[in-house]
Amino acid sequence: MQVYKELAEIIRREQVAEDIYRFTVKAPDIAAASKPGQFVMVRTGEGLDPLLRRPFSVHQVAEGGMVQILFKVIGKGTQALANMEVGRKLDVLGPIGRGFTIADDSQHFLVGGGIGIAPLFFLARRILKKSEPFSIRVLLGARTKDEIATLADDFKSMGLVVDTITEDGSLGKQGLVTDLMVDLQQEKPVMIYGCGPYPMLRAVAKTCRENSWGCQVSLETMMACGLAACLGCAVLRADMKGYVHACKDGPVFDADDVAWL
Amino acid sequence: MAVDQADMKVSIGSLRLRNPVMTASGTFGYGEEFGSLVNLHRLGAIIAKGISLLPRQGNPPPRIAETACGMLNAIGLENVGLERFFTEKLSFLRGIDTPLIVNILGDTIEDYQQLAKRLNYEEKVAAVEVNISCPNVKQGGVAFGTDPAMAHAVTKAVCQHFSRPVIVKLSPNVTDITLVARAVEEAGADGLSLINTVLGMAIDIESCRPKLANTFGGLSGPAIKPIALRMVWQVAGSVSIPIIGIGGITTPEDAIEFLLAGATAIQVGTANFINPQATEEIIQGIGMYLEKNGITSIEDLIGKARRE
Repeated sequence: MQVYKELAEIIRREQVAEDIYRFTVKAPDIAAASKPGQFVMVRTGEGLDPLLRRPFSVHQVAEGGMVQILFKVIGKGTQALANMEVGRKLDVLGPIGRGFTIADDSQHFLVGGGIGIAPLFFLARRILKKSEPFSIRVLLGARTKDEIATLADDFKSMGLVVDTITEDGSLGKQGLVTDLMVDLQQEKPVMIYGCGPYPMLRAVAKTCRENSWGCQVSLETMMACGLAACLGCAVLRADMKGYVHACKDGPVFDADDVAWL
Repeated sequence: MAVDQADMKVSIGSLRLRNPVMTASGTFGYGEEFGSLVNLHRLGAIIAKGISLLPRQGNPPPRIAETACGMLNAIGLENVGLERFFTEKLSFLRGIDTPLIVNILGDTIEDYQQLAKRLNYEEKVAAVEVNISCPNVKQGGVAFGTDPAMAHAVTKAVCQHFSRPVIVKLSPNVTDITLVARAVEEAGADGLSLINTVLGMAIDIESCRPKLANTFGGLSGPAIKPIALRMVWQVAGSVSIPIIGIGGITTPEDAIEFLLAGATAIQVGTANFINPQATEEIIQGIGMYLEKNGITSIEDLIGKARRE
């Protein structure tokens, strides 16, 4: 697998919501090679604390060798990153891992929870290269409106149908994203592409199994290197007899290939 | 180029290295993982991820946790086992003109003997590094590494079955590392590598649970460098076989400190995770340091801090 290391200038820095940022960086090799669901490993500073790179899925690629990441500030690494200004250069490794496989002749459901929405933009764009907008539906869930409102609008501006649901009812219905996974159109085979927190993905996988829908999930794990060297990003296999690794075998897995604990 | 002007060649027993910079076991896969980022032909040696006779699954996740200037890991020696190492990993490494050192681990002395015997037939394996010091498995490793008599027995067994250099990797999780070092030297080791990770832990204050599923893990990275350097210094004063310094080496300056303390060579570990090109940058940086200071042979640097 060809992985590139680029010093990527921050071209644009957007604060999408409280604690949620979208960075556009110039990384031509990574932009050219990336597929939806793959990720990059970013150094969040030049010092040794925080020590490790942080993994971010590729949110979008754009003309001019641009790569976007969308992230929420959850600790000192993401905080350091959020504080960086336009013009700074980020040390970025990528693209890494196995991304989504776009199913042929299917009804595509992009199911995202919270910041897990990030890779689904890129996926939607790639599906739209081959399919009509009506073959895609986007189902987004979050704790509250602020986490997804702007992003839901971005999906709508792509001409897609977007259903939203929030735990506090501040946007769309009140509930969990799996509550939106009913009456899914079934003229064509259904493929679910899920990304979000583990409990959500477990519920999504269960719903898919019950309905015999195809299901691919992007899993988050602790990770040190992203290069299949540290073996830190272990994910228990469905047969419970060993581990696969999110950086090499994933981060996107067929939901039937991993154990749901 | 500056790097090629000073003589950077070093030896561990009969093993000749073009420079003293190696990759630490478990931080560089089997080389291939870094092939698109690093010129593997420039490294001093590649030390492969630790191999046991049979494949090992490793520990349940979470296996890693970040700490201040360091990280904890409890991978649990997950590896493909000796057979798959031969069939899947070795052919790539054969194509790399850099000495290959294979890190071996077992639960019993017989395991180590078998590994040594099988690897001895494989000419590409220039040396073995005997892991007697991994803190993350319940039996085996750690007992061998903390008991001088056991360390002696394992070393002797490997030396009897492996005809090329045998390096033994020492644990820092002992009261006096020089006792194990001396026992291993006496058993016939050609070199010592130190230190392996320092046993530690971290707790998540939200869940009120240890961050690692294994509770304890091995601390690595810049946080442990002063401990490693002190132990290299101590061991260098106690044995006469070459020492390979390991522990938080991230920059050329770190590597030079270990050489000055008495290490003949060094390994880069956790730094490979942060900067996959760390090894090459360290090789170049040592070369520049030698040139800047008018040192024509790296041998002049080894142990220099002890002499003056």
